[in-house]
Order: sequence, then structure tokens, then C-alpha cells
Amino acid sequence: MRAFTALDGLVAPLDRANVDTDAIIPKQFLKSIKRSGFGPNAFDEWRYLDHGEPGMDNSKRPLNPDFVLNQPRYQGAAILLTRDNFGCGSSREHAPWALEDYGFRALVGTSFADIFYNNSFKNGLLPIKLPAAEIDELFAQVAITPGYRLRIDLAAQTVTRPDGKMLSFDIDPFRKECLLNGWDDIGLTLRHADAIREFEAKRRIEQPWLFN
Amino acid sequence: MPQTLYDKLWQSHVVRTEADGTALLYIDRHLVHEVTSPQAFEGLKLAGRKPWRISSIVATADHNTPTDHWERGIEDPVSRQQVETLDANIREVGALAYFPFKDARQGIVHVVGPENGATLPGMTVVCGDSHTSTHGAFACLAHGIGTSEVEHVMATQCLLQKKMKSMLVRVEGKVGAGVTAKDIVLAIIGKIGTAGGTGYAIEFGGSAIRALSMEGRMTVCNMAIEAGARVGFVAVDDTTIAYLKDRPFSPKGEVWDRAVAYWRTLVSDADAAFDAVIDLDASQIKPQVTWGTSPEMVVAIDGQVPAPEDFADPVKREGVERALQYMGLTPRTPIKHIRVDQVFIGSCTNSRIEDLREAASIAKGRQKASNVRRVLVVPGSGLVKKQAEAEGLDKVFVAAGFEWREPGCSMCLAMNADRLEPGERCASTSNRNFEGRQGNGGRTHLVSPAMAAAAAIAGHFADVRDIL
Ligand code: SF4
Repeated sequence: MRAFTALDGLVAPLDRANVDTDAIIPKQFLKSIKRSGFGPNAFDEWRYLDHGEPGMDNSKRPLNPDFVLNQPRYQGAAILLTRDNFGCGSSREHAPWALEDYGFRALVGTSFADIFYNNSFKNGLLPIKLPAAEIDELFAQVAITPGYRLRIDLAAQTVTRPDGKMLSFDIDPFRKECLLNGWDDIGLTLRHADAIREFEAKRRIEQPWLFN
Repeated sequence: MPQTLYDKLWQSHVVRTEADGTALLYIDRHLVHEVTSPQAFEGLKLAGRKPWRISSIVATADHNTPTDHWERGIEDPVSRQQVETLDANIREVGALAYFPFKDARQGIVHVVGPENGATLPGMTVVCGDSHTSTHGAFACLAHGIGTSEVEHVMATQCLLQKKMKSMLVRVEGKVGAGVTAKDIVLAIIGKIGTAGGTGYAIEFGGSAIRALSMEGRMTVCNMAIEAGARVGFVAVDDTTIAYLKDRPFSPKGEVWDRAVAYWRTLVSDADAAFDAVIDLDASQIKPQVTWGTSPEMVVAIDGQVPAPEDFADPVKREGVERALQYMGLTPRTPIKHIRVDQVFIGSCTNSRIEDLREAASIAKGRQKASNVRRVLVVPGSGLVKKQAEAEGLDKVFVAAGFEWREPGCSMCLAMNADRLEPGERCASTSNRNFEGRQGNGGRTHLVSPAMAAAAAIAGHFADVRDIL
């Protein structure tokens, strides 16, 4: 996994609640058997005026000028500012893959759906939860400030605004450690292989019907 | 200390715990389908790792498979490649059971597991699919997981998980005639909202839940995720045990008796404390219809489409405006005046035998309205299809002008050829009404199977209670 320590990035605002994973990456792109290449189809139905299908040359498709991420001022954004319950719906990990492939490294919002939140960490994408009042302020500042950037420091658990105000956020120590170091979950877990084997052996005796 | 069912399920699967509470949970059952597994199998192979316990794996192809003309195979090359990739991966790795495309027991993964007895009480069940919560109907701790986690479970037989908070949703009383499990769960989501259960494990209880069949309980647990909860479950009782008797993978003989004795303990203790308790009165629940693009945008059949000014919160109001525009609806329109172009009866929410019986009871002796372009009835599995045909339900549907299809996910998410055209409106028994979910530009209204059949007959939403 790609490590995440600190980031100074341009912010793009997506001012909607309940952005679901179907919207982040529509299902026709889930037919891929690869992990990469989803970026050009992130938010496909909002981003383009035509209907997207796998295999199309996305650079030739008509962009929807009303979709916020298409505005010139947000090109190259690395931080997505979001609202409540971002990433709800389907468990597809293609959603964080698409966001990461698009160029986002962090998401800042009030709340994230459980599975999406989890999936993001596995892909070096940092979802940051802040109180609603702070999110409202960020949306207001981004709207009136071209080139609005935030500085994120994972070790210190802070987000710093251009005006110098520092916002702090909570994160599970274990997730933080993994992300800071870019640790591979599977490798970590396999260090406990003996404990797993022992647990399994006991279970096999107590509930043999689970092992047919 | 008294324990909740969640405490018991959790505790019995913890292999070890990190200092911050992150636990390694042992996984008993791993369900696999073609969409979220290819990258996991590839990751495993690239790292030179072997699956930990293949006898935990039950796999099937469901999302991409066509629901008609099976003799032609899978015509879409991209879909075919994904299904063939699953075939090849399972051939190489192995599994307890695999129900490939066209197999007699193939079907939607969340229908196939329970009906084969591959989902048993007290299990941890995972699948790279958010509706894995369905299996909670059997007092399982059933998590939807992402593809990295699919790989993690394959390699280690464990899932890294932090204990969630616990919520009890208690539905007491008796529902009226024509009110089903789907209406109960839509009413719950309408009450707590699509983020209401975020961070919680929900136990569904109360006399109205107890009174449901296993099929009904699966419908309720299926949509726990639409209430924001990754897992939802129901305690074990006689209904659970009766359902499991003599299923292919259920324990037999003396082991069955031992299993049942253990399963009986899978209930919350009388004084167990929950972090949140939500109460609903079953007698007040009417047939439900969603009007918007989120499952919480739901009203009773005798209600109206709301207006943005009904909502004080500006973010909500804007969401409502956007939903009305997408759905092509005018505020204050009575729900019963909304006409539909297609009807979809299927999905892991409502494609089991009871659901089909419920829809057939409304369709029997009636005809699809002429303005309804198509009514798809898609059984959840090959076994459901066979049972429905043995009961003559297929004939009832065909006589009413409905189409009787082969099993699969079908128009629940429209990854195959079954989909809505832009602007088309659908009464659907599935679980998500998101923009574009059933086809680009398609408009989805979530309802019960009986209400879907009633809409097909009337040509617009109709109160099934007037038809019974
Ligand atoms: S029926 Fe729909 S919700 Fe259920 S597994 Fe298939 S696509 Fe997902």
C-alpha cells in the first residue's frame, strides 16, 4: 500500500450529501478485472454529457460544463471536500480506486459510509471527518478563494487552512500507523498465523459443523 | 454482564485485539462472486499466497449473467471475461461449492448461501458485496467487504474490524394485511435515514420481526446497509431452525442436535444494553413507495411527493430538489398518480419463493396495464425458479403478460442487458434507487413484490390493500 504522511493539495468541493458509490464509479466499469484505470470514469454520469461505456476514448467525450470537477480552477485537485454519508451504497472498492486514479489523496467531509471508509484506507486514500460547522466554513472559503489549498499532516492529525487556522481530526491509531508506514494488511495479519491456527483448531472441535 | 447478540457473535470470533481495539475476526464463510473478486485472486497470486481455507468459500456468478437466452451464453464480451475469470480462479484455487453460470443452483449470492444451508447461525459471513447483511437473518455476523478485504480474508481467514456500536430496532405489534417485510424495512429507513445506522450493528427485534418468515427477515437484514449499517441481524428462534433443517450444507444427525443447542443461545440477554434503541409500531406501517434517489426518500402509498420547502436543512432541501428533478416529479403529486413504464420483481431483497408467491397472488387472473412496457420477474436462484415452476407461478406471471426469466441480479443494477432506458420509470423490488442504478437516466421507485405487481396491473402505483 502507498504510504500517506503529509499532503499540501488543491481542494475541489462536491457539495452534495449521500454521494453513493454508483455515482463515484458507475457499474458498467465494474466489469474490468483490473485495479487501475478507473480515474477517467470517476463520477462518469455527472462528468460527461454522453453515456460512458468501458473501452471508450474518454478524451473525446463531451464534458458537462456544469459539473464542478470540470471547472478549470479545480484541475489537479488532490483533496475532495464532501458532505454527509459520502460513499454510501455498494461496497465496490472500485470507488476509492477511481478517486485515487483521478488524483485524489484525501477526502474531507462530515461522515463517510462504513465500507467505503474502510476501503479508502486500504488504498492510501485518507478520509478525514470534521464537524459540520468546520465543513461549512471550508465550503464557503473554497467558493470564494481560487487556488484554495489545505495542508494535511497525518502524524499530527491536523488540517491547516490557508488562513493558518488548524483543524484537528480523529483517526484510529491502528489505521494511522498502517497508513503512515504504507503497511500491507495481509503481511501484518500473517505475523499472527499461529494465533489464527490455534483459534481455528479450537473452533473445529467446538463447532465441527462449520468445517464440512 | 448481560450480552447483546452482537457481543456474543463478536466475542466468539476474536482471534486477537490490537491496543486500539482493532480485532482480528475469524471468518467462517466467504461468499464470492465475479465482480469484486478478480483483483483479489490476482493479488493473492502476485504475492505468492495460498488461500487459507478453501472449504470456507462458496462462489457463484450472478451480477453479469444474462436472464434470457442462456443457450447463447454471455454475449457481452466484457461480462463474459469477468465470469470466465471467476471460473478459472475457482478451478485453480478450489471452493466448498461453486455454482457457475447455468448451474441448477446458480443464483444471486445472497439467495444461494442460505438456501443451501451454507449460511448457519453464529457464523461470520463475508462477501465483496454490501448486501451481505442479508445473512444476518440467521443470527450471523455478516459483513460486506471491499476487494482488498476479500484478498485479506482469502489469505488469512480473518478480517480486521473494530467493534461497532449496537442498535436495537424494535418493531412491535402486527402489520396489516398487504404490509410486508419490505414495507417494514423501508419504514425503518424512512425513520432513521440512510446514515442513521452508520457505525452501528443493528439487531432487528420485536414481535413483528419474530412473526416474519426467514425470507422476510432476509429482506429486512438485506436493507440494513441502506440504513447505513454494515451488519444487521435477527436472533435465532424456531423459525430459523426449521428453515435450516435438511438443507444441503446444514449439519446432520447428532451434530445437528449439538448445533441447535448452541444456536439457541444466539439471542440478546434480557437486560442487555444497546447504544441506541429505535421503536416502530407495526400497526402504523402502510405499504411504502420511494419517490426519490435515496432509500430514505420514502412515503406511504396514500401519501404525496414532498416539496423542498418541507425540509428545513439546506443540504437536505437541495438534495430533494435534485431528486425531484432527476425523478421528473412535481411536489404534492399523489403517489398513486405516478405511472410506471417498467416493473422489476427480483434482486437479493425480494426474489425468494415467498416474494414470488406474493407477487403472483396479485397478478393471478389479471393483466399488465398497456402503458407498462415490460414486467420482469427474475427468480433469485435456479432452485427458486424450479420451486416457483412446480407451484405454477411462472404460468400466472406469463398469463398476466409478465416475463419469466432466468436467475441473477438482472435489473437490480443493470450490469447485464436488463435495464431502464433514460427517463423510464420503474416500480422495483430491489434495494437502491440511486441515479442511474437501473440504467442511465432510469427512475427507480422501491416497493414490495405485491406493490410491484399491483403497479404492473394498474399502470401506476396502487394500494395493494385495495386489491387483496
Ligand atoms: S441483486 Fe442487486 S443488490 Fe443484490 S447482490 Fe445482486 S446487484 Fe447486489
